Amino acid sequence: MASAIRMQGVVKRFGELTAVAGLDLDVPDGTCIGLLGPNGAGKSTTMKMLTAQAIPNEGTIEVLGFALPGDSKQARALMGVVPQLDNLDVSLTVEQNLLVFSHLYRVPSAGRKDAIERALTIANLAERRTAKVDQLSGGMRRRLLIARALLHKPRLLLLDEPTVGLDPQVRQELWALIDRLRSEGVSILMSTHYIEEAERLCDRVTIMSHGRAVAEGAPRELIAEHAGTEALEVYGSPTRLGEVELLASQRGWRTRRTGTSISILHSNGSATDLDGERRITNLEDVFVLLTGEEIS
Amino acid sequence: MASATPTRGIRPRVPGVQRRLGRLERPALRGVLVRELVNYSSFWRSSTFSSTVDPTIYLLAFGFGFGSLVSKVAGYDYIDFVGTGIVATTVLFSGAFPAMYSTFVKYEFQHTYDAILAAPVDVEELVTAEALWISARTGVYGCVPMLVAVAFGLDPSWGMLLVPLIAALAGYGWATFGIFIAARAKSIESFSYWQSGLLTPMFLVAGTFFPLDELPTWAQVLGNVNPLFHCVELVRHSVFGLEGWADIGHLAFLIAFALIAWRMAIHFMEKRLIA
Repeated sequence: MASAIRMQGVVKRFGELTAVAGLDLDVPDGTCIGLLGPNGAGKSTTMKMLTAQAIPNEGTIEVLGFALPGDSKQARALMGVVPQLDNLDVSLTVEQNLLVFSHLYRVPSAGRKDAIERALTIANLAERRTAKVDQLSGGMRRRLLIARALLHKPRLLLLDEPTVGLDPQVRQELWALIDRLRSEGVSILMSTHYIEEAERLCDRVTIMSHGRAVAEGAPRELIAEHAGTEALEVYGSPTRLGEVELLASQRGWRTRRTGTSISILHSNGSATDLDGERRITNLEDVFVLLTGEEIS
Repeated sequence: MASATPTRGIRPRVPGVQRRLGRLERPALRGVLVRELVNYSSFWRSSTFSSTVDPTIYLLAFGFGFGSLVSKVAGYDYIDFVGTGIVATTVLFSGAFPAMYSTFVKYEFQHTYDAILAAPVDVEELVTAEALWISARTGVYGCVPMLVAVAFGLDPSWGMLLVPLIAALAGYGWATFGIFIAARAKSIESFSYWQSGLLTPMFLVAGTFFPLDELPTWAQVLGNVNPLFHCVELVRHSVFGLEGWADIGHLAFLIAFALIAWRMAIHFMEKRLIA
């Protein structure tokens, strides 16, 4: 299958700091791929490199068949970018924001009006078209940001932390929107540190830590491989938790602290002598095991 | 605009966009200009006010203040002298300053340029379009104090029709110079150094309010490398009679200034915006 994005051996350094340290990434056409990692793992730098707003020191990047950075402008004409930081023109209306970007994205004049109407529908903001952006709620602004990136019917969408800082309900609305785009065949690369988001929306995820991909696969596969089918969550006093941790490591099970409890992973039902709650393993378990970092 | 012609060599994935995109493309420039125009529709009043009222106040203050002490300067009536020279002041005020501040605000606070550069627009196109827009404004604003001077006794002449063009050319240079300053600035406070250390002296030693001939030689030399001085001279000669080679020299200086400032602005904005 052709790839919407292909990165090979990509390294990006900022002075002493290596933000991306040899990343391989493949986004097959029509799939939704998640970049999962804690803050500082190199997700945003990776996103910046895909629009040639950061130039890698080593490695190759191909987007929609165009080699970057040389042919990046052609690639950008076919992709939409939803940045992490809201960069809407706040003193303009919803409609004016879309109008400006219909020009920037080179929507032909004959189709401009339709494109703007379609974007308003996608963002569910047709009724607020004359509202200035600074009068919109956070969720509305995020929807507008996504709709703005879809004006020219891109074949690839980059979403950098699309739901960060939003209410759970607004987040679910956006998930529905992203899911719909994916079902329409748009290739999506999404960076996130919300595990649930990746688990629900992504066909495959790449877990990043310190600029490297530490695991790659479908969420279910990764869970089965790294965390097993079932976790046992043991509650108790700090001393008790310490004992359980020791015991588990003696038996070769992996554990993670989950607040007031300890989750024993990969025990696959054999920890019968321990009292605790059984639960299904999730991507968060994998994430914590692999990156050693809890998610905020 | 991308046309629907078939591809040459590159794989035909989507019709219409395979043509290798060049530099300084019109759709990209237009996109950035549309953004400026739409934004301008909401702040044109304040922008026009600050860009034209300041120079007009200088014109009236010097015109009446100095004009009552001196009747003729360098062979001109003082209102004629300052009424034409003031065009350059307006060009500086409405060219360099908006470029400095709006550029800095757009990349540092509003992240506008991040959004634009994620679309098919390059830094070169971004800088060029922003400067063209400011240049068009200076072309118009530059004439306002001169028209005020006409009301106070400056005789209209056909040569005045050249003034918007001269103001736009000088304005392009100052706009790109302002973008260059913004690209180098670590914080908005550092603009003070440029303003007090460079722009204010230039604004005063440009032959706008008093001729350079009376100054010490070193100041005259400095005046001659000041683009504002060449703008002042060219405007004055356009209004009162062109002087052949001397004016071609002034024009050449303004073109060279615009070209150099343009390339510097692009170079440093690329350093600033592309990591």
